Amino acid sequence: MIELDDVSYSYGGGELLSGISLTLQPGSFHFLTGPSGAGKTTFLKLCYGDLLPTAGRVSAFGQDVRDMGRDDIARLRRRVGVVHQDCEFLDHLSVEENVALPLTVSGRDTINEVANLSDLLSWVGLSAQARSLPPELSGGERQRAALARAVIMAPEIIIADEPTGNIDWEMSLRLLTLLVELNRMGKTIVIATHDLNLIRSAKAQVQARVLRIRDRQLQLAGADL
Amino acid sequence: MSVLGDIVGVARGDHQADRVVPPTGHTAWLTLFTSGAMAFLAVFALALSLATGRLATNWGNELARTATVRISAPAGQEDAQVRAAMQVLETTPGIAEVRVLTDEEQRALLEPWFGPDLPIEALPVPRMIEVIEDGDGYDSEGLRLRLTAEAPGAVLDDHTRWRRPLVSAASRLRTLGLLSILLIGAATAAMITLAANAALAANAQVIRVLRLVGARDVYIARAFVRRFTLRAVTGAAAGTVAGMAAIALLPSASTEGGFLTGLGFQGWHWLWPLVIPVLAAIVAFWATRTAAFRSLRELM
Ligand SMILES: Nc1ncnc2c1ncn2[C@@H]1O[C@H](COP(=O)(O)OP(=O)(O)O)[C@@H](O)[C@H]1O
Ligand SMILES: [Mg+2]
Repeated sequence: MIELDDVSYSYGGGELLSGISLTLQPGSFHFLTGPSGAGKTTFLKLCYGDLLPTAGRVSAFGQDVRDMGRDDIARLRRRVGVVHQDCEFLDHLSVEENVALPLTVSGRDTINEVANLSDLLSWVGLSAQARSLPPELSGGERQRAALARAVIMAPEIIIADEPTGNIDWEMSLRLLTLLVELNRMGKTIVIATHDLNLIRSAKAQVQARVLRIRDRQLQLAGADL
Repeated sequence: MSVLGDIVGVARGDHQADRVVPPTGHTAWLTLFTSGAMAFLAVFALALSLATGRLATNWGNELARTATVRISAPAGQEDAQVRAAMQVLETTPGIAEVRVLTDEEQRALLEPWFGPDLPIEALPVPRMIEVIEDGDGYDSEGLRLRLTAEAPGAVLDDHTRWRRPLVSAASRLRTLGLLSILLIGAATAAMITLAANAALAANAQVIRVLRLVGARDVYIARAFVRRFTLRAVTGAAAGTVAGMAAIALLPSASTEGGFLTGLGFQGWHWLWPLVIPVLAAIVAFWATRTAAFRSLRELM
């Protein structure tokens, strides 16, 4: 679905990532780990076309990201649900409107979809907060709202960048459960995290592969966890 | 295709899409005010162009056509001199028609100055001959010489001499009026571009989020284009109405006002200013659209 072939990236200084190759298979569950500043966010941005590789090739759904026009990138973002590290909400719109934003901007905000919206909000446990504004939410609620927005277009891939960054353990597990449920429905999941406990609890529920960024390279971490 | 979509989008409106970009009170008012002021000015520039155009045409027509010969002679010789002058005029090539003005016509000409009860027969008023030239015109210097020889009291008064510079001044004024309208249009475009850029910059984070959730550039641009076009039209409509009212309330110039035929609109020309809000809409549409796509292209 998403394929990286010998990809390197630099923000202008030295290379942050170099020679990375990876193929994300449909239905797979990946963790991406590494110390803060290792380049996890950068790697994920390469996957959903927010950054273009400085060398190598990224292709999504069979198309080279470099060859995509701006509208193609927009369509790619509708097929890849992303939970951004800092959520990226529109603070003047309610939680409900923020969750429905991908539908709104793609002209799919129909009655049918609106019915799904309330199901989705209750699935992530935010029915009561539907009318609140994003700044009024707690950290865990924000992350769940971001997850709801990421899945509302029924994407094939869900990328979550440190979704449990600053929320308590119980809430982290709840969020993980939601992502595992999505994976069981056949979605491809990529989660960046440096929380090893989270990875351990996930491994008890699904078959997850753990990738680690170390020395600008992507390695497969295995038995050591 | 998307341009048409945008035009339809602006006309139809989209409540949900309008909410996506938060309102910016400050630029809204400035845009409204500036396009209103520009429309107000455009109404006057338009009135100036139309009035001077009218003036140039009227004067040009008369100038091409008529002259008068005035004959003041001692009482006994008057009729003889009129006859002599008529003979000269009738045999001059380039003159289509000559006619001695009747007493009634002369009285009408003098009435504004001396009142209706003027005993014209008792006064030493010069006799007037109206000369209408044909397409090619006549040689006025030659005619003048011949008139002096045949009828010493005859003076040829062709209006050409003093009207020609007025006609060219009037057509120059019309050109300047049209140029002003163009400048007003360009200034409106520049102002809207600046306002749109300010709004786009103020909403950079909103635009980024919209791109991240899969909004196409046209969708984002449309939200701004719709907003600015509506503001420009509203402001321009108000400015146009105010300008038209101001012109309607100008004291009307009467026919005696002579060549000051009045800065204003006549008849169906009152419809012309209604074009201004439409032009403002077109200018705002293109300026915002161009600004939006330019700044969107700089984003990933
Ligand atoms: N837009 C940017 N411009 C320049 N440097 C950046 C930018 N974004 C991130 N970096 C740098 O790249 C490195 C990796 O960042 P990031 O991918 O966010 O790491 P992680 O998500 O693993 O913490 C950091 O050193 C960060 O300072
Ligand atoms: Mg990060």
